[in-house]
Amino acid sequence: MKRFVIKEFLHIFRDTRSMIILFGMPLVQVLLFGFAITNEVKDVKVSVVDPAQDEVTTAIRNSLFSSAYFLKGEILYSQNEIEESFRKGKNKMVVVFENDFAGKLGRGEKPSIQLIADASDPNTANLVVNYANGIINNHFQTLYTNPGLPVVVPEVRMMYNPALAGVYMFVPGIITVLLMLVSAMMTSISIAREKELGTMEVLLVSPLKPIQIVAGKVLPYVLLSFINAVSILLLSYFVFGVPVNGSVVLLLAESILFIVLALSLGILISTVSNNQQTAMMLSMFALMLPTILLSGFIFPVENMPDILQWLSALMPPRWFIQIIKSIMLKGTGLAYFWKETLILIAMTIVFILVSVKKFKIRLA
Amino acid sequence: MNSAAYAIEAQNLVKRFGSFTANDNLSFFVKKGEIFGFLGANGAGKTTAIRILCGLSKPTSGKISVAGFNVFTQAEKIKQRIGYMSQRFSLYEDLTVAENFRFYGGIYGMSRDQIRQKTEEMLGKLNIAELRDTIIASLPLGIRQKLAFSVAIMHSPEIVFLDEPTGGVDPITRRQFWEMIYQAAASGITVFVTTHYMDEAEYCHRISIMVDGRIEALGTPAELKAVHHALSMNDVFIKLARKAVNKE
Amino acid sequence: MRIIFYIVQKEFLQVFRNRMMLPIIFVIPVFQLLILSYAVTFEIKRINLYVVDNDNTVSSRSLIQHFASSPFYHIVGHGSDNQAGMEFIQKGKAHQMISLLPGFEKALNSGHPARVQVINDAINGSAASLMSAYTVSIISNFNKEIITSFNPDAGAAAKVQWSFWFNPELDYKTYMVPGILVLLVTIIGMFLAGMNVVREKEIGTIEQINVTPIKKYQFIAGKLIPFWIIALFELAVGLIFARLVFSIPILGNIFLIFLIASVYLLVVMGIGLFLSTVTNTQQQSMFLAWFVLVIFILMSGLFTPVESMPQWARNLNVVNPIAYFIAMIRMVMLKGSGFQHISRELGILLLYGTAILSLAVWRYRKTT
Repeated sequence: MKRFVIKEFLHIFRDTRSMIILFGMPLVQVLLFGFAITNEVKDVKVSVVDPAQDEVTTAIRNSLFSSAYFLKGEILYSQNEIEESFRKGKNKMVVVFENDFAGKLGRGEKPSIQLIADASDPNTANLVVNYANGIINNHFQTLYTNPGLPVVVPEVRMMYNPALAGVYMFVPGIITVLLMLVSAMMTSISIAREKELGTMEVLLVSPLKPIQIVAGKVLPYVLLSFINAVSILLLSYFVFGVPVNGSVVLLLAESILFIVLALSLGILISTVSNNQQTAMMLSMFALMLPTILLSGFIFPVENMPDILQWLSALMPPRWFIQIIKSIMLKGTGLAYFWKETLILIAMTIVFILVSVKKFKIRLA
Repeated sequence: MNSAAYAIEAQNLVKRFGSFTANDNLSFFVKKGEIFGFLGANGAGKTTAIRILCGLSKPTSGKISVAGFNVFTQAEKIKQRIGYMSQRFSLYEDLTVAENFRFYGGIYGMSRDQIRQKTEEMLGKLNIAELRDTIIASLPLGIRQKLAFSVAIMHSPEIVFLDEPTGGVDPITRRQFWEMIYQAAASGITVFVTTHYMDEAEYCHRISIMVDGRIEALGTPAELKAVHHALSMNDVFIKLARKAVNKE
Repeated sequence: MRIIFYIVQKEFLQVFRNRMMLPIIFVIPVFQLLILSYAVTFEIKRINLYVVDNDNTVSSRSLIQHFASSPFYHIVGHGSDNQAGMEFIQKGKAHQMISLLPGFEKALNSGHPARVQVINDAINGSAASLMSAYTVSIISNFNKEIITSFNPDAGAAAKVQWSFWFNPELDYKTYMVPGILVLLVTIIGMFLAGMNVVREKEIGTIEQINVTPIKKYQFIAGKLIPFWIIALFELAVGLIFARLVFSIPILGNIFLIFLIASVYLLVVMGIGLFLSTVTNTQQQSMFLAWFVLVIFILMSGLFTPVESMPQWARNLNVVNPIAYFIAMIRMVMLKGSGFQHISRELGILLLYGTAILSLAVWRYRKTT
């Protein structure tokens, strides 16, 4: 048994290319998310239609473009040009000022400013219009209202993530995706490989018990996943300052639980697939995309339609992401997520039972 | 040397992998229409040599030509004129018998009619015309091996290379397999076959015996038995192999 | 040409004979499209709010009523203690807490600013900023009412109107479905073609092909074409679903979409095939492909706007085929852009595809 595990270790660790990817991938991803990828909106190109070009419109334009959100685009003259500029993808919004703006304002006629957004990206369009509207309102408010009026002033506090850094959101997600990838996908493929190449038969006739064979295949991946998770945590802590506010021991323990769960899922996939390609496509479509999209990694679960919320409840990553967010960012303890933990344990048991059953049928 | 008379000419063939020498200065000539046995224990370097002759692997040095073409510079020309049956099973297990024939015939550039005709002919010879549309995976190993051989010669190559063609099959099938080899040779195909079954050596016109990457003996089975004062090829081989072990 | 045909024929036979692969290739992606398109949304439709009102006056209740009547806000709890609200946030039951201190109404009545604490769960930074934008806008509406009650003449001097073109309802699915189509087509293209070659290496049949006089480009083309056709077919099915189920507008020319996809597939499949020539096992090639793919997807602007990335990251996108494809397919489908608008990107992709395929042919070794 020991020999067999050692053989499996050597098998994996000797493959330098895979090793580089296994350890390089999480690092690259964390760095990308930390430095490059953000769903905040800034530096959006905005074009202007301004027939009047008087001191008022110039002032408004200045306050728009002095904000971090907007970059000066082109000066346009007609409706046709607006459409064309959107088609070319030149800008995301066009601000259209009315003719004789300052004059009308002086006569108290309430001239209009039109904000036309390219809503093919609705998220950005919505934000951009909101920001621009806010800036313009603010501009007029400071000009025309006297201070000291009785108004409600909100004091906004951002809990857990005062800088609104995207990394906070993504680190738990990346850890989850990687554990899933390495544990579930890799095991399913490595077992399917033995089946495809016929070496599984050899192992099965050996005095090793099936459970030992599976354990031997799986142990190296447990270690690998674990090292991976820890390296992501270290990187996010030291480079991006993502804290671990709760108990580190608890965090690692929950990670191991999730790794075991992912492995049992991987074994289950390998028992139903006849070759590596099938195992891979199954893992890819049945595991990876839902892990990324249905787990709350990028898109908040609460905003999904009810059916999908139910579906996402079946996704182990969803619960795990909640657990790590609670431990790392909120600093809460088991009292706050014992339910989620129990769900993960139950899922693990189910996966193991089903795959043991499948495995036995295949042997019989 | 009249090259027209030889299908394969190898002079001082050397193949090294790093510091390991798999083929150490091999020199041999194979006559056209001959059944040439390439014998040796497992790991003696037979597969390495056969892969070089087929143009799958580049030799380190030597002067080698196959079907009159240089393996260094004209490997693709060689490939048009040879057939190869590898040690690893090479038919697609998820395709039927006929589909395998069609695929391999197709990539050798045979016409649709030629392929159909050859398929019928080959299956007829094997008496398995009814297995035309059977998936390979469901056939017994012996039939698969015969089919693999048929596929390897369906485009009528000048030379066919067989790497351990009878590995793992029963004696009766092996016997039938050798009958197929004789038929191929009779139709003018040069056969280059590796094996570690010494009884099969008796079926070859000429044989070479490899030990530790070198050719230790070369000649007809009768010559070799005479030279080594042995009753069977098995005895010849054991004597040669013992020599190798003694040297170490 | 005939030789390529035989390889293509063989690949199709193998794909259609694999009982497991068929549903994976043809059914699962459709499900994915249906399900995931509903899942991927940054829209915030429901903000769970916890209210702490220690003033308990007409004014404070009026402000809270403003929140209660907004369709976005859902009040999950009332209390008089911030601690209880924090507990809600910690358990994830509330996203936001607003807390009004005693003296709220008194300050307003005496003409002074009144302060309100707004506490957001900001783990998801972008959701938090959107949430707080909503909150601020509700409060400023409230303010406007107060100010006009003091001074009816006050109010904005100019009126701001807005309109959303190409997607007036701001339907997020309109934006995401084309992107998800790209994703599905990419996975099929890149993985199937690449893994297929490595599979032949692993089971040894590639030797039998290498010993034939087949040309290297014929082999690569034979592996490319079947999966190219399958991926385009998949795109067609996906577009039909996008049209029928999601009513995604297809403003541009449908043939242009297929032209873009055909060129794009050359690139991703070229990458898959190239990776397959440098790897020996399916596991390795899958790993590499997955690695490349994840980075490409994340940087492509599929989920997050490209404009928000720093310049160096945008420069990296020059080699990211997914970024080109996503930008083009969204332009053509949603804005009706024509060939002249995307010709530059298309040209780049074509060059890219030619280069990567040549590289794959060059790197493929018949003789080792």
